[in-house]
Amino acid sequence: MNINFTLISQAIAFSVFIWFTVKYVWPPLLRAIEERQKTIADGLAAGERGRHELELASQRSSDVLKEAKQRASEIILQAEKRATEVVEEAKRTAKEEGDRIIAGAKADIEHEMFSAKEALRQHVAQLAVAGAAKILRREVDAKAHADMLASIEEDLK
Amino acid sequence: MASDTELTPTSYIDHHLTYLTAQVGEGSFWVLHVDTLVTSVILGVISLGFIWLVVRKATSGVPSKSQAFVELAVEFIDNEVKNTFHGNRHVFVAPTALTIFVWVLMMNAMDILPIDIMAWILEHAFGLHNWKIVPTTDVNTTFALALSIWFLMLFFNVKVKGWGGWMHELFCTPFGKSPLLWILNLLFNFIEYVSKPLSHSLRLFGNIYAGEIIFLLLGMWAATGVSGTIFGSILGAGWAIFHILIVTLQAFIFMMLTVVYISMAHESH
Repeated sequence: MNINFTLISQAIAFSVFIWFTVKYVWPPLLRAIEERQKTIADGLAAGERGRHELELASQRSSDVLKEAKQRASEIILQAEKRATEVVEEAKRTAKEEGDRIIAGAKADIEHEMFSAKEALRQHVAQLAVAGAAKILRREVDAKAHADMLASIEEDLK
Repeated sequence: MASDTELTPTSYIDHHLTYLTAQVGEGSFWVLHVDTLVTSVILGVISLGFIWLVVRKATSGVPSKSQAFVELAVEFIDNEVKNTFHGNRHVFVAPTALTIFVWVLMMNAMDILPIDIMAWILEHAFGLHNWKIVPTTDVNTTFALALSIWFLMLFFNVKVKGWGGWMHELFCTPFGKSPLLWILNLLFNFIEYVSKPLSHSLRLFGNIYAGEIIFLLLGMWAATGVSGTIFGSILGAGWAIFHILIVTLQAFIFMMLTVVYISMAHESH
């Protein structure tokens, strides 16, 4: 255990190593570490923000979904109502149309009947006149009884 | 083992405890332990050079494995310093702590290398007859470190508190401001300032030196016969494994004490 010049030489070596570390080793590594720490912190913050946004988005999407479902059920309800309305209206128009067709047919029939009656009456009158004329040929002067004949004809109408 | 003409336990231990010296001047002080100096400088250059090479290519993105390893060490030390030192540690204290931890760890770790095999390699490959491969078993190394740190402590005392502040602290703490207590305070502080570098350096030296001696004793046991070889090997392996802990722990303690001493120099009482 003898103290000698080695002590001074080791102290010099020690100070050189310290100087080297202080100047060339520590600062760049510290910079790299701090930069990475910042990057990681930023990344974590971004992740947190992303998570938050995802939460908001899922909230929004569920809201939209709920609203859409509600709208859909409303639309279905409306459609059903409309469908019954349409059916009702169709029934009504069909009935009206049917009534109108029936009424037209009745009017036609009446008219036909009337004209047939008219024709028949005319025919009967002519037949009656003709018959009466045949019966009364000799006794009746067509000219003298024209008025009478006309009034009969008028009556038969 | 060494190729001494006559191998006795004394010569064996003597051989392993003899430095390779060089006389650099007149007198017993001007002796240089070449083995201590060269080994420690080589270790420092290798370890700090490795860190420097990694750091030069350091990226703030995804680190390579070697960068992650260096960052692990650096962040570990930075954390320890942060807990103790409350100032801008990046200017000086933290890098110094890194230097000490890495360098002392490397020097201590030389203790784990099998001592006789290393002696054989050094002798036959490099022709070096006496070469102590563990620089921290040289009290000069530990004193050099502790005294450098001691001077740094004095420097920071003066730098932070000023001459007046430091003198005030020397005379008025820890017992009180009364002039009657000045001498007592000064004596107390004197003892503290003397004991700090002594305990600092001798703790490291003692632990590593004792470890070295135990390896030597186990090596001697191996020379007694087959059973001695077997037990010596088993115990040697056990001691080497345990020594991994001691080596790391002593490097860590040395670093922590450095940080504590320099922090104390920064804080007023």
